[in-house]
Parts: sequence; C-alpha cells; structure tokens
Amino acid sequence: MLRQVEGSRAVADAVALCRPGVVCAYPISPQTHIVEALAEHVKSGRLAPCEFVTVESEFAAMSVAIGASAVGARAYTATASQGLLYMAEAVYNASGLGLPIVMTVANRAIGAPINIWNDHSDSMSQRDSGWIQLYAETNQEAADLHVQAFRIAEELSLPVMVCMDGFVLTHAWEQVDTPTQEEVDAFLPPYEPRQVLDPADPVSIGAMVGPEAFTEVRYLAHARQMQALELIPDVAARFAEAFGRNSGGLVHPYRTDDADTVVMALGSVLGTIKDTVDEMRRDGVRIGVLGITSFRPFPLDAVRAAVGDAHHVVVLEKALAVGIGGIVTANVRMAVVPEHVSTVIAGLGGRAITKASLRRMLDEAVAGRLEPLTFLDLNRQLIGNELARMAAGRRSGPMAENMLRDLGAVASRIG
Amino acid sequence: MPVQPIKFYQTGSFVVGNRLLAPDRRSVQARADRTNSLNCGHRACQGCGEALGARYALDAAMRATGNQMVAVNSTGCLEVFSTPYPETSWRIPWLHSLFGNAPAVATGVAAGLKAKGRDDVRVVGQGGDGGTVDIGFACLSGMFERNDDVLFICYDNEAYMNTGVQRSGATPPAARTTTTPAVGPEPGNVFGQGKNVPAIAMAHEIPYVATATVADLRDLEYKVTRAMEFHGARYLHILVPCPLGWGSASCDTVRIARLAKESGLFPVFEAERGEITDVSKIRHRVPVEDYLRLQSRYAHLFGEYGSPGTVARLQEIADRNIRRYGLLEEA
Repeated sequence: MLRQVEGSRAVADAVALCRPGVVCAYPISPQTHIVEALAEHVKSGRLAPCEFVTVESEFAAMSVAIGASAVGARAYTATASQGLLYMAEAVYNASGLGLPIVMTVANRAIGAPINIWNDHSDSMSQRDSGWIQLYAETNQEAADLHVQAFRIAEELSLPVMVCMDGFVLTHAWEQVDTPTQEEVDAFLPPYEPRQVLDPADPVSIGAMVGPEAFTEVRYLAHARQMQALELIPDVAARFAEAFGRNSGGLVHPYRTDDADTVVMALGSVLGTIKDTVDEMRRDGVRIGVLGITSFRPFPLDAVRAAVGDAHHVVVLEKALAVGIGGIVTANVRMAVVPEHVSTVIAGLGGRAITKASLRRMLDEAVAGRLEPLTFLDLNRQLIGNELARMAAGRRSGPMAENMLRDLGAVASRIG
Repeated sequence: MPVQPIKFYQTGSFVVGNRLLAPDRRSVQARADRTNSLNCGHRACQGCGEALGARYALDAAMRATGNQMVAVNSTGCLEVFSTPYPETSWRIPWLHSLFGNAPAVATGVAAGLKAKGRDDVRVVGQGGDGGTVDIGFACLSGMFERNDDVLFICYDNEAYMNTGVQRSGATPPAARTTTTPAVGPEPGNVFGQGKNVPAIAMAHEIPYVATATVADLRDLEYKVTRAMEFHGARYLHILVPCPLGWGSASCDTVRIARLAKESGLFPVFEAERGEITDVSKIRHRVPVEDYLRLQSRYAHLFGEYGSPGTVARLQEIADRNIRRYGLLEEA
C-alpha cells in the first residue's frame, strides 16, 4: 500500500511485517521514532507473539538480542551514534557468535563535540565488526532493505546492519509502498537457526577458542561475507520479482556507461548527486554516479565494473578517518587504479550538501584539478581564527566553544 | 548392565550425611540421577569454590525445572575453565557472550523463549563478582528492574581471580589483592568501600533474593529450588572461596566458607520482595580471626608486624552483621 509516511514509521512497519520475536529498545536520536512505532505495534497486539524489551542501555539492547537469537527467536534493535559505540563490544560478539540479528542504524555523528545530526561516522566505526552493512538511499529502500536483511542474515547466520541517514531519511515524510503481511510471509520464511539453545539437545555456544582454531573461525566469517556478495544481489532480484521494485543489491550505477568521471557515495546524498550529475550531463559532461549499497561485504568487482575506463573517481564520504582521510576511498582503491581516486569529505555532523557545492567540486574533478583530499565547504576563516588563538598562548580554551563564539548566533548557515 | 560410578564429595561436615536419609530427603548432589551440569574434566583449580558452587546450584536448578533450563554465563573463571575449545564441561544448554552482559543476555533468552512459546524452559544467568557487582551491574539492575524471568547467580570469590586476583567491588576491607597490595600504612583493600549487592537487589523489591555458601549444600540447594518457585527476577549470591586468590589450602574451601558464615562476616539469609524472610543462624560463633588466619590474603594482619586494630575493625563488621541480620539465636 502506497502511503505518505515518515521514514522511521515505514521502517518500523516493515520490521513488524518480518515478525520479530524480540525487539529491544533504548532511546537515542534519531532512531527513536522507529522503536516508538514498534512499541505501538507490540502493545496493540498487532505484532504478536513479540517481546518488546525496554533495556537500560544500547549495550544491553544488543545483549538481549544476542540471547533471544541464541534460542531461535528473530531479534531486532535499532540505534545510532554514541549508542552504537556503547554497544560495540556486543556488536562484535553478535557476529562472532554468528547470530542473524538485524539492526537499524539511523546514521548520526559521533562526539565530541556532541552532535545529533547525520553523517556516517557511527556505522563506519563498525565496518570491521563482521556485520553486513547495507546503506539505504531512500525511505522506500530503507523499508525494503529490512525485509531483505532478515532473509540475508538468516541464510548466512550473520547479523545485518541497515544504515539509513538520521533525520534526512528517518524524519522525512515521503511516499513508501508497504507490502502486505502475506507478501512478506511468502518472501521471508520462518527463522530456522543453525545453532540453538535447546534443553532437548544441549550445546555450548560461545566457548573459548585459542590459537589453534581462531584464525579458522575468523576465516569462516570472511568466507560467509564473500558468500553474501552472491546472496545480496540474489535476494534483491527475488525481492524485485516478488514486490515489483528494485531495492538493495550491491551497487546502484547511474549513467556510468560512458562516464569519464564517476562519483561514489552511500545513502541519501545520492539523490542530490544524481540531480547534479543530470545537470552536468545536460552540459555535455561524461559523468556518472555509483551508489554503494553494500559496504560490507565490499563489492570490489561491481565497483571495478562500474568505474570501467573512467579516469576520475570521486568518493564523497560522510565520515573521516582522522589522520588519513577517506574510509570508503581506501576500499575503492582496492578495486580501481588508485591514482585516479579523490576523496571528498562532506556533510559531517549534518552540514547540508548542496547542489551548488557539489557542482563546483565536480567541475574541478572533471578538469583534473581536485585535490586527493578535499573538505567540502570548509570554513577556513573559522579554522584560521582558532589556529591563531592556539599559537598565541597555551591556555586557548575549548575549541568548540571558541568557534561557536566566532560564528555568533547563527548556528547553521546553508550556502 | 553398566554401572555408573557415583562420586560423593560431601562428607564430614554438619550439613550432609545424605546416604543415611530416606531417598526423598537426600540432597540433589547425593542422587544418582543428578545432572552433573558442570561435568568432571574441567580445568578449575584444586579446591575451587566456584566450580563447587556452580555444580551445586545448577544441578539443583535442573532438578527444580525438570531439566528444562538454559544457562547464560559471563566471562570469567567459570567460563574459561569449563569451555576451552573444543571441549565443554556443560551438560546443559549454555551460552557465553561477554563479561558485562550476562544478565541482559539472560533477559534475551527469556524473552526469546517466551516469544517461541517455550514458557516451560527456565533461565539462569551466572557470573563471578566482577561480572555481577562491577562490569555487569547496569545489566543486572536493568534485569531486576524489569522483573525479567531470570535467576541470576553470583559466585562471589571477592576479587577478579581469572585475571590474577585484582580488587573488585566485592573485595572486603584489608584483603590483599594484586591491586590492593599488602604494603604501606594501611595494607590491603581500604575500609569503607564496596557494594552489598544482595541488599541492592532487595532494594529492587524483586520476588526473591538469597545468599548462601558452598559450606551448606542443603541450604544452597533449597534456595535454588525456592528461587525456581518464583517467576520474575531472582538473585542468589553464593560465597565461593578461592584457594588461589585467598591464599588458602585447597582442602579448606568448605571450612573457610563455613567460618565466613559462623563469624558473621557473610550473612546467610533469604528475602522476598525486599523483606528478609529468614536468616541462617550462627551455630558456633567464632571470632573473625579464625576465618582470617586460614587465608594468606590477610597474613599482614598477624604476626610480629600484624595489625590487631585492623582485625578488630573486621570484627566490628561481623558484629554489625550479627546485630543487623539477627544471626544469633535469642538467648
């Protein structure tokens, strides 16, 4: 059914249609609306049987999901930002144990300075946690990815993180087609665990493993992610067959066929990039876009194929590896000729990524003038002032406060 | 017909002597059909109180639940010595996740079982004092507060033994650990710190809270059995001497546990919904010195450079417990 609906509600409805047995919830912006909507589903009895557990922390949220999954219940939770970091130990544990938990990450920056707005620092910090990571471009795709995520997770016995941009998607109202219960039931079979705690057949899960087999255990985790490179497109194809629309898969190429410049990004910013690229195409520029939906596993072959013979690759990243630059870029460079790749850090802490800024930056890229590492719309005056204060004396004070004082009352100027 | 040899571990104390009793009055440990939940072959130290406590508690829990039970274990000695890959000593469904999350994982197990319609299967969470009173405390309190259907058992050996005897929030004053060394003007752990988790559990007003020691098998088994008669959050705090960390003889584990109770240092009681319903009275009151002298973690309190004043302060703690919990029979 096509509805005008908030992204969080669309995701919650999709999750409910997947019939999770246990949902654990701890509030953190901007994922709160998702679990609020799920609370309503459970409390009203529409989603049953389902245990909705209001835990005391994100660490507990993932831990409850671990316990539930280990007894064969389909388990779901959602988080963001500091919450994801707080649960990090359990995030690694869930994948290490091979438990097919599905979690939404409503992508948000990480402090300090504290910042509730969108970027990808949170989920990127967990890129090596052993979870599959899928990034949604739209709210329709966010909802659809959850239905696919349970199927992928359970087939591989691996947890899946569905990443959707905080506020930009979670709080945006747009048209979303929500499937019926019958349709989802036909697509998603009941969870049949590979391992389960059952008094009739006692097993020990989570035993200690020493040097004699630890490498092999890690290798198997990698091998299953390599299987996911086959399974993710397969599930997307089956989804398209069942629901009549394309969602998910490894990558979304857009006008890349004859492109000499390819812009890569993850998540909702792809819309703005596509609009910009359409304009540039009208101006005769051979430029295309590659949306990376699956960041883990990273689709090296698909990226290589999409880049083809292009001479310029621009990776637009909503996260920064301090001390080196791009995170996605490092992965892209494994797939294509490294010297052609530039990194653009953009949209950190919710800064708007505008078409005007993108156009200026992409014109430079097409002309071969883009620096290897660029910070989009960097306020150099603000940085200069603070560097001057730091040079002037030892006790320069907290830099965030200093910069806010410089900026004055207008907190965010979109320009 | 093959004969199953049965080992009897408990003789020579006040609290056993099972084979002379009618079968229905014998302890679970004395029964041929006990589960051996934690089976022999594990790698605990000789005289390990925790291994003893875990086997007593889980066998009793298995009996109480008709073998329909799942256990969740926090990281620690019990987890490490019982499951070095590819071996496991557990004959029950058993899950280990992390150090600090066992109560939450147990909540998840209970929730998952409920969602699966398996209301017949009960859940026990367990960990050492580090995993319970320190790093796992937030998850424990959350599990209590939500009244999740879990019995959580703390095997309290009063320090981080698995990592090499470091102080925990359950380490008693004056005790030497590797992070509270017996040096300086006030050697050992300081006075005026530490957490009384049984009391904190009671403050949550959960259905059932009890303490026990490995010296009193019948009392321990009774409390596990009683705990399983309730639904909702339950907490059992078992004192389990650690020969390695306490510096005691392996053969003295049960004796030391008994002296902890008989001196008043470790009050043994049970409580329902925040109210104490019963206490185990002291049978033969002993001075704390009898308990302390058997353990080298207190060696700095005795001898030529000893500290009678510190021993007196520990005696005051025992005396206060005796008054507070009414541990002596009325004269």
